[in-house]
Amino acid sequence: MADFMQQVVAGLASGSIYASLALALVLIHRATGVINFAQGEMATFSTYIAWTLTTNHGWNYWPAFAATLVVSFVGGAAIHQGIIRPNEKGSVLRVVIVTIGLLLALNGLVTLIWSGEVRAVPSPFPTRTIEIAGVAISIQDIGTIGVVLATVVVLWLLFQYTRIGLAMRAAAVNPAEARLVGVRVAWMLSLGWGLAAVLGAISGMLAAPSLFLDPNLMAALLIYAFAAAVLGGIDSPLGAVVGGLTLGVGLNLIGTYVDFVGADLRLPVALLVILVVLLVKPSGIFGKTEVKRV
Amino acid sequence: MSRSRALAPVVAFVVLAVVVAVLPSFVSAFRAQQLAYVAIYLVALLGLNILTGYTGQISLGHGAFMAIGGYTTAILMTDHGVKDVWTIPLAGLVAGIVGFLFGIPALRLSGLYLALATFAVAVSMPAVIKRFEGFTGGGGGINLFGVPELTASLTPVTVLGRELTFNDWIYYLCWTIALVGYVVAWLLVRGRTGRAFRAVRDSESAAQSAGVSLASYKTLAFGVSAAYAGVAGSLFAIATTFVNPDTFPVALSILLLVGVVVGGLGSLAGLIAGAVFIQFLPIWSQEVSKSPGAPAVVSGVVLIALMFVLPMGFAGLVDRLRALTKR
Repeated sequence: MADFMQQVVAGLASGSIYASLALALVLIHRATGVINFAQGEMATFSTYIAWTLTTNHGWNYWPAFAATLVVSFVGGAAIHQGIIRPNEKGSVLRVVIVTIGLLLALNGLVTLIWSGEVRAVPSPFPTRTIEIAGVAISIQDIGTIGVVLATVVVLWLLFQYTRIGLAMRAAAVNPAEARLVGVRVAWMLSLGWGLAAVLGAISGMLAAPSLFLDPNLMAALLIYAFAAAVLGGIDSPLGAVVGGLTLGVGLNLIGTYVDFVGADLRLPVALLVILVVLLVKPSGIFGKTEVKRV
Repeated sequence: MSRSRALAPVVAFVVLAVVVAVLPSFVSAFRAQQLAYVAIYLVALLGLNILTGYTGQISLGHGAFMAIGGYTTAILMTDHGVKDVWTIPLAGLVAGIVGFLFGIPALRLSGLYLALATFAVAVSMPAVIKRFEGFTGGGGGINLFGVPELTASLTPVTVLGRELTFNDWIYYLCWTIALVGYVVAWLLVRGRTGRAFRAVRDSESAAQSAGVSLASYKTLAFGVSAAYAGVAGSLFAIATTFVNPDTFPVALSILLLVGVVVGGLGSLAGLIAGAVFIQFLPIWSQEVSKSPGAPAVVSGVVLIALMFVLPMGFAGLVDRLRALTKR
């Protein structure tokens, strides 16, 4: 039983990393109706910035963490203003291709700047374990879960209780009417992209200590985040969090207790989750069913 | 339509076929091998464009269908003693059936979701290949040169008075199939089927109300497209004489989409430019920077730039120039 609980907590830790990246995808999908295929690469880029600050410039962990979030926010907003917004008109295919171009360019750029070498990243939390009710839990896992939950609460407060949050929601839900009441829709959407980049950066920085940093750090995580977002409902922030945690725990338990799956087949299992949810209940657990207008 | 305009594509195709036939006499064997890969990419791009360019269904997972084709060839050769050239149609058939079956659930996914699902297929493919080691050789892959008597290129063949080297043989094999595939794709998209494909792409609701069955045409497009990818994967395996899980990475799937976009969505002739682009891009970008990241940066930037200035790709440029000269 203790072993089972340990796996659940470890699953929650990786699940919170999926949740944070999934939340980034959901924010962008809600705001601009696009699935950002470059979300993982943007997160990898951010993580490299944090690594450079701590390892090459001798910064402490948390100041570097904060600085990375600021840079990511600006970068995310700039990406929206610079290359997404001009391509939003016309077919969806066009924006999808732009995000794929961005994926390629960022992945290449990371290799170009920091080389393909695998880097060890220090963790801000001690790796030792503490015992709670007979279950040994690593402090790193608790820290990871804590950081993500704190982020989710801050985001929720922002969207629910501030004027700018209200404006962002209005811009996403009904851009035409939001514009009529004086909301600068394009800037609100850029803000959404900035926040998404911040969320991605958090997931990257939390994942790097255990997965090690290399240019393809986020490739598999992006698929898990897709699965989490689809599971929870691609337009529901709450769904992304619940979906991420469910997927994290589920995959960890399946990987541990189902020999056939093991460590190798977790990715195909996530693919199966995506396909099954899209076919059986495309709106996910918390999403609203889309009505198509002709 | 005047007779001269109807004849123009046929003349252009004959010129292309003649150039392809005589080219190996003028270039090195190494260059011939590179050009063979252009033909392989062309086959895959023809298939992907039928699905994405003509029918409007995005696939980010065509590398996975190539993998199915490549592994079909490898397994048929090493485990069942089938001669390499005979495995090519079988690889197309197997990949086509899988593509057709994948098309059935994919029917219910539109636009973004389809891109997402196919992307996930491409990402999971290497893991699946590694897991079923007994069947696929696992991470070590399968060496096709282990059975020389099944390799058609080792039988001496003479074309245009020259005995073919291995590279020349691969070149002629790939280009013959690419040109046949081109004609088949052309016949398919210009007729009734192609019209139905385009109707589905432009408006599903309108197509449906005009009596086009979305289910049959989407699955058909998936099947045909995957069959092309399977043939391309088979040729890829024969040309590299080796397959392993990393022969068909996610990057390949993305690169194929890049090729279609560069060539022009909904154009066949432009795809030749797209195929040249994906084969020679890594070589050209080495001129700019020696870093292994350079090709990805260049193709990413080209892709984004194209969406800004030329959403219809290389074929769009040709159309624009033609419109300018007409004035």
